[in-house]
Amino acid sequence: MLGYILRRLISAIPVLVIVAVLVFLMLRFTPGDPAAVIAGDNATSEQIALIRNRLGLDQPILTQFTIWAGNLLTGNLGESFFFKKTIVELISSRIEPTLSLAFATMLIAICVAIPLGVLAAYKHGSWIDRVVMGFSVLGFSVPVFVIGYLMIYLFAITLGWFPVQGYQPLSQGFAGYAQRLVLPALTLSVIYIALIARMTRASVLEVLNEDYIRTARAKGQVERKILFRHALKNAAVPIVTVVGIGIALLIGGVVVTESVFAIPGLGRLTVDAVLARDYPTIQAVILLFSGVYVGINLLIDLAYSLFDPRIRY
Amino acid sequence: MMSRWTIATAAAALLAGSSMAQAQTTMKVVMHSDVKIVDPIWTTAYIVRNHGYMLYDTLFSMTEKGEIKPQMVDTFTESPDKLTYKFTLRDGLLWHDGKPVTSEDCIASIKRWAAKDPVGQKLMTFVDAMTADDAKSFTVKLKSPTGLLIFGLGKPSSNVPFMMPKRVADTDPNTQISEFIGSGPFVLKTDEWKPGDKIVYTKFKDYKPRSEPADGLSGGKVVKIDRIEWLAVTDQQQAVNALLAGEIDMVEQPAFDLIPLLKSDSKIKLWNYNPLGLQYTMRFNSTQPPFDNAKVRQAVTYALNQKDFLEATVGNPDYYQECKAMFVCGSPLATEKGMDGLLQSNFKKSQELLKEAGYDGKPIVLLHSTDLQSLTNLGPVAKQLLEKGGFKVDMQSSDWQTVVSRRVRKDPVDKGGWNLMQTSWVSADILNPVMAGFFNASCDKAGFGWPCDEKMEKLRDDFAREPDPAKQKAIAEAVQVRWAESPTHVHLGQYNVPIAARSNITGILTAPAPVFWNVEKK
Repeated sequence: MLGYILRRLISAIPVLVIVAVLVFLMLRFTPGDPAAVIAGDNATSEQIALIRNRLGLDQPILTQFTIWAGNLLTGNLGESFFFKKTIVELISSRIEPTLSLAFATMLIAICVAIPLGVLAAYKHGSWIDRVVMGFSVLGFSVPVFVIGYLMIYLFAITLGWFPVQGYQPLSQGFAGYAQRLVLPALTLSVIYIALIARMTRASVLEVLNEDYIRTARAKGQVERKILFRHALKNAAVPIVTVVGIGIALLIGGVVVTESVFAIPGLGRLTVDAVLARDYPTIQAVILLFSGVYVGINLLIDLAYSLFDPRIRY
Repeated sequence: MMSRWTIATAAAALLAGSSMAQAQTTMKVVMHSDVKIVDPIWTTAYIVRNHGYMLYDTLFSMTEKGEIKPQMVDTFTESPDKLTYKFTLRDGLLWHDGKPVTSEDCIASIKRWAAKDPVGQKLMTFVDAMTADDAKSFTVKLKSPTGLLIFGLGKPSSNVPFMMPKRVADTDPNTQISEFIGSGPFVLKTDEWKPGDKIVYTKFKDYKPRSEPADGLSGGKVVKIDRIEWLAVTDQQQAVNALLAGEIDMVEQPAFDLIPLLKSDSKIKLWNYNPLGLQYTMRFNSTQPPFDNAKVRQAVTYALNQKDFLEATVGNPDYYQECKAMFVCGSPLATEKGMDGLLQSNFKKSQELLKEAGYDGKPIVLLHSTDLQSLTNLGPVAKQLLEKGGFKVDMQSSDWQTVVSRRVRKDPVDKGGWNLMQTSWVSADILNPVMAGFFNASCDKAGFGWPCDEKMEKLRDDFAREPDPAKQKAIAEAVQVRWAESPTHVHLGQYNVPIAARSNITGILTAPAPVFWNVEKK
């Protein structure tokens, strides 16, 4: 197992190197000039050139890349062009909201979707199955921001149960932290409930037709145990894959929800950095997202062996 | 055993303590943008200018009526030949670290500002020397008289000549400062500043306001709120929702289409705090055909009209004004001289001028920004009017930052260059021919668009040399007449955006920038 993990980690290095090179080059060839953004409307060409010089953007691309890569190898991600802060400071201040949102979303999604999916499979063809599948189609079809606005209108503006926007760090109290997370997590969870419920239903349905399930029933096993001990465990591999990919997508892809609910997470940091052409920040967050994807994929693969003893590394 | 009196006294003390704790007022505000950069000299971004007004003070400042009055300066004298000015600072001015403000600090701050700002740059061509006479006094000697010195030091908008400690002001003007200490009415809570989330200011307890009442950006900067948080809420609808729900106290620039929603709520008040507002502008690239020809530029001034742009972007006549005065309606230099027949969509005249100029029908590249709500609708209106006026228009849409980076390129249009772009100016930045950057016609030394016009430059220089306001007005009129002959840009109308605040917020000042002294939360 350890050897496998080590091999996977080593194989991640070229992936991250390719991502780093591609991101660096794409940013340099995309239209945009941070110096012009900083200098403003009154600036002369000379002033813009001076700012470009201070930022090191007038150096040849190869030199810029060498400097950046050299710093990266020493763990120095550099400083944002705009915020007078290091990238490490920026990212670390944004991780908590994004992780909290991702965790809360997946918690809600798993707790709701798996029982729903199992139930739909068990009641295959009944009205319960049709309601669950109808909800899934709806969850996939309605854009996240529409769900967000509807939730805000209902639960924040009309009923006043939750705040309209904002994030409160956990260090300032759990009640406020949780209260501000509920609406965005519920909003985001809709699509994951739809996805996981569909996957669970399909997997469990397939397993329910297996001989060993019939054998368990013949032996008089109660239905609850058949469903959750035998069927769900054997249907878990594709579900775990979907959940894992969902977590990875959430960490990098909560831009809309973070914007709608004014949550200062990594998604908004990425968008702000892209709009301002803040190259060091964009490079760092994309590398971070790549690392997260690689790490989560590894964890998913390792998790397979927990559910399926036939899988060995 | 405690007597009843002792218990009552203790209870009263506890209550007093608790009411003192409650007296701490916090105001939560959504500004038009998040504060990313914190150096108001390094950039001209308006959000950074607004941040500057929180932290820093100015030597002079502008009243509601546009007069320049001393602010940090207590007294100043002007020699009879108008070549020597002596300034004395007010008593008790302190930096946020408790050290006194000195004349050396002010000289270093003026130098850093003047290296970046167009008025400052022009002003420095007149300055012979700036010397500190003592800790509180300094002298500015000029080579020749100018009306720019006092005006420049009281310039209300980007870049504002904010005063900083010498060690900070000595930072290269093209490098962002890394210490955020001012002598203004608020202190930046650096430990609570989270870019993309919020920036926090607290009352500077040792700030000594002037004795006069607040008037525009001048007068006593009396702070009545202990803590102000600017929250980064990018979604306009959400900012308004939060205001309606009472989670925040103010939205600086609500979207025009949300104003009816705000007006219908009795707990919200709209403040038209900046009557001069902003001006929409179209800029020519004068280095590329066909706009290297003045007649083609004139044709644009005939083809366009302001109402169509204002209707498409603002929509509500309460918040816009058709105004042909290039130096802003409502300002001392406002005039319509030279504007007869222009900006009335006279398509026939436009077509005639294009014919005379020999326009070959090659499509002109119009840069169209799609992600800033205030600018998005300008492009399609311009395309339609210009096409009716005889132009062929290739409208190229992108995000604003791409427009910003593309507009500084001098390349031909088929190699990534451009012909036309549109933006808006805060009116306080364009009140005269020297400060209004788009009148700078000094070729390569001008801003993007790079117009070249010796006559215009001569007039701008005359304006800078003229200290007499009446004669300045005559020069400004001449500038406008010259502009009509050889346009550098076109103004597309004036508009203003009100502040929306909860009704318990009072004391918002009428000024060219949103400021938070004098504001009270009841």
